[in-house]
Amino acid sequence: MSGVENVSRRRFLIGTGLAGGLVLGVWFYGTRGDRAPMAAAPSGSSGPAFEPNVFVGIAPDGTVTIVCHRSEMGQQVRTSIAQVVADELDADWSRVVVAQAQADEKYGSQNTDGSRSIRRNFSRLREAGAMARAMLEQAAADRWSVPVTECRVTLHEVVHGPSGRSVGFGELAEAASALEPPPSRDLKLKAPADWRYIGRPTPSVDLNDIVHGRGVFGMDVQLDGMKVAVIARPPVLFGKPKAFDAAPALAVAGVERVFELPTLKPPAGFKPLGGVAVVAADTWAAIQGRRALDITWDEGRNRSYDSGPYREALQVTARKKGRVVREQGNVDQALARAHKTLTAEYYVPHLAQAPMEPPVATAHVTDGKVELWSSTQTPQVTRREVAQALGIDESDVTVNVTLLGGGFGRKSKPDFSVEAALVSREVGAPVKVMWTREDDLQNGYLHAVSYQHLEAGIDARGQTTAWLHRTVFPPIGSTFDAGRTFAGEGDLSQGFVDNPFDIDHMRLENGRAEGHVRIGWMRSVANIYHAFAVQSFAHELAVAANRDPKEYLLDLIGPPRKIDLAAMDVEYANYGDPIARYPVDTGRLRNVIETVSKSSQWGRTLPEGRGMGIAAHRSFLAYVATVVEVDVTPDGEFTIPSVWVAIDAGTVVNPDHVRNQCEGGSVYGLSAALGQLTAKDGAIVQRNFDTYEVARMKQAPRSFDVQVVQSDEPPAGVGEPPTPPFAPALCNALFDATGKRIRSLPIGDQLRA
Amino acid sequence: MRIRVNGQSHEFDGDPNTPLLWVLRDTLRLTGTKFGCGAALCGACTVHLDGNAVRACVTPVQAVGNAEVTTIEGLSEGGAHPLREVWVELGVPQCGYCQPGQLMQAAALLSAGTPPSDEEIDQAMSGNLCRCGTYARIRAAIHKASQER
Repeated sequence: MSGVENVSRRRFLIGTGLAGGLVLGVWFYGTRGDRAPMAAAPSGSSGPAFEPNVFVGIAPDGTVTIVCHRSEMGQQVRTSIAQVVADELDADWSRVVVAQAQADEKYGSQNTDGSRSIRRNFSRLREAGAMARAMLEQAAADRWSVPVTECRVTLHEVVHGPSGRSVGFGELAEAASALEPPPSRDLKLKAPADWRYIGRPTPSVDLNDIVHGRGVFGMDVQLDGMKVAVIARPPVLFGKPKAFDAAPALAVAGVERVFELPTLKPPAGFKPLGGVAVVAADTWAAIQGRRALDITWDEGRNRSYDSGPYREALQVTARKKGRVVREQGNVDQALARAHKTLTAEYYVPHLAQAPMEPPVATAHVTDGKVELWSSTQTPQVTRREVAQALGIDESDVTVNVTLLGGGFGRKSKPDFSVEAALVSREVGAPVKVMWTREDDLQNGYLHAVSYQHLEAGIDARGQTTAWLHRTVFPPIGSTFDAGRTFAGEGDLSQGFVDNPFDIDHMRLENGRAEGHVRIGWMRSVANIYHAFAVQSFAHELAVAANRDPKEYLLDLIGPPRKIDLAAMDVEYANYGDPIARYPVDTGRLRNVIETVSKSSQWGRTLPEGRGMGIAAHRSFLAYVATVVEVDVTPDGEFTIPSVWVAIDAGTVVNPDHVRNQCEGGSVYGLSAALGQLTAKDGAIVQRNFDTYEVARMKQAPRSFDVQVVQSDEPPAGVGEPPTPPFAPALCNALFDATGKRIRSLPIGDQLRA
Repeated sequence: MRIRVNGQSHEFDGDPNTPLLWVLRDTLRLTGTKFGCGAALCGACTVHLDGNAVRACVTPVQAVGNAEVTTIEGLSEGGAHPLREVWVELGVPQCGYCQPGQLMQAAALLSAGTPPSDEEIDQAMSGNLCRCGTYARIRAAIHKASQER
């Protein structure tokens, strides 16, 4: 176990942030006891991904503090960020502490989403460590009056080569703080062969706290005089209370205040939903008080939303020509001339992120200033939204970031933090607004429901010659612009327009769909339904052609090449990164398929009732192939004895964290095949984990084999890419075992029919 | 009324129907026991009553009686516990929010003495949800801890 101490907990319990005193750049703590900013931000390579914001602190006792500016929600980013900085600094890991940053623009983007913490920060983190290392070497050279070229940092001290003298980081801290930081171009980064921590499976810095119940999540924040609030929100989006009687709620012992929150007007954005707040001395009283409330709702026009008819409407749209977003060759002609054609339609319902810790935030508003403790993926957006809602300056809002009990995109939306600030201002005391599970499922930002129509033509040799794919779903843009019905570039760039298949005649279209609930990001987002359709249909084509699914998938992908979407006039976001640095590389996609085929011994003979399925997908710039083995009983119950995953995420900081994300991302994909949220009269039907099914121990894969491809390519995403291939690999395996094709999720009892 | 938690006696004078979870978290400030569903559907609030795993979110505090309540903070004196060590060794937790409940459930399973089979692990652990999906590592950790004992 490492000796890394978790200071985040102590930080927000005492209410003052170490990071609060820091300014852009690299810091050394001098003996005067203050923390003066000593260096400008490292300025590294140019390009759109560059946001200078890396933080190192060295105390006189030699303790190295590394500031993590991203939110910890299980991906172990606090550990991996520290690994990168500590490596270039050549710090002794046992003397490194990790501090959690507050919201501040000085860090650059803190949005912990899009699987980009490492890929967007890797170079900057290395430069920050290297800069500190260079300044320590200069300070030692000055101290000994020797050329700096004779001084070299080695594991938390500077050694003078010719004399063998050494001096520790702590002793050099003050002198180093007086030096001018070297320009970025003069920084020498380690050769990968010299990496001490990067690429090694370093244990998480928070493990010990977690297993002792000492990790402090948003739900665990306790402040003196703190009240707890729960909110009865309109069950239908843009509804509002018509009338309510507060008296029965106020009669509950411990309930102190009951009041209405501002009504939400379109677009929903990140604003709170409105409703009636119940503020109490403790959590149970607040929950009981809300239960006692009697509210009549004015539901508004979204009352018409019903998942049954909505699905039918999506289907009608998907069967008509839509807006063409990519076209090559002549699909209609090729389909007409095909030896055989195949048509299939795929449906994926609304899903909920459902982190184990529901949304929760604690706010204290005093004298027009707000201090917030939030389980948030987006501290800066939170600060902005809170400031806007209260009509105050952003500089008057302090956002402390707790550990997150899961995020999965739900906690990218700061509505719950804004609620806490509004309620605290109203009652004049610190208030924790906690969401119950029912709140989380019934008032969330839903993963979009989707319907997809695919047609393909096969020639006499079984090769696919034509591919038509229409995708229809309410876009995330509808949450921010109520009139939006066509998908945005971001939605369509997730496994749709970047179709990797080498097919001469291809047309990709998008149809309109209206949003009636808040649509939001969920781990891997639109890749979930796009990969489900594309990888299921590829398997259907293999079956139709009487070919091995893995070999057929490789044939569909075609030879190793970099797909030039720009040359096809396709708008492609590439997850915000340059296509030159992160091309759509079919060679790497093929390689993960070959890798997982080997590890899973693809093609072996299976016992009765067993089946294997494969799927592969590029998302967030990483390549993942998944093989699922299922065991299906005669009455249609299935279990998953084993799963094999191969991931190529470029350069990897912590292979064990990557393996963990591949395991967890697979289980998340399994849950996407098990659960659904449905609407009736505009409100979500499912209330808790009895009706919203997520994967449990008995359903989860019993064992995993994860192959992390060794690569010198730039780091890609890790947290999301393992999720999309899972559901199609699972359903392909179920077909292999039973001959039953699952085209509509959830799987439910379709295997029993 | 009085309840015993982790070897200490506490006075509680609130609503006797208050779930034990909120007495632990709000009154005693033992926040290691987590809220996840409030309806005994996720296991995040799992504690021991006289060594048996129960869901604190649906256990009225008045039902505790003279039973000894053990929370994650009190799991084994001095803090060392074979499950904790294996949990760390195998890197089980991701976000960690459900893990106190998982550990308490697993500890109750292991207290039966004989190493559990996969089916027994399914049986005992399927009430404890983990959205990060750490199930395979939890399973491996239970096997390892039970074999090392």
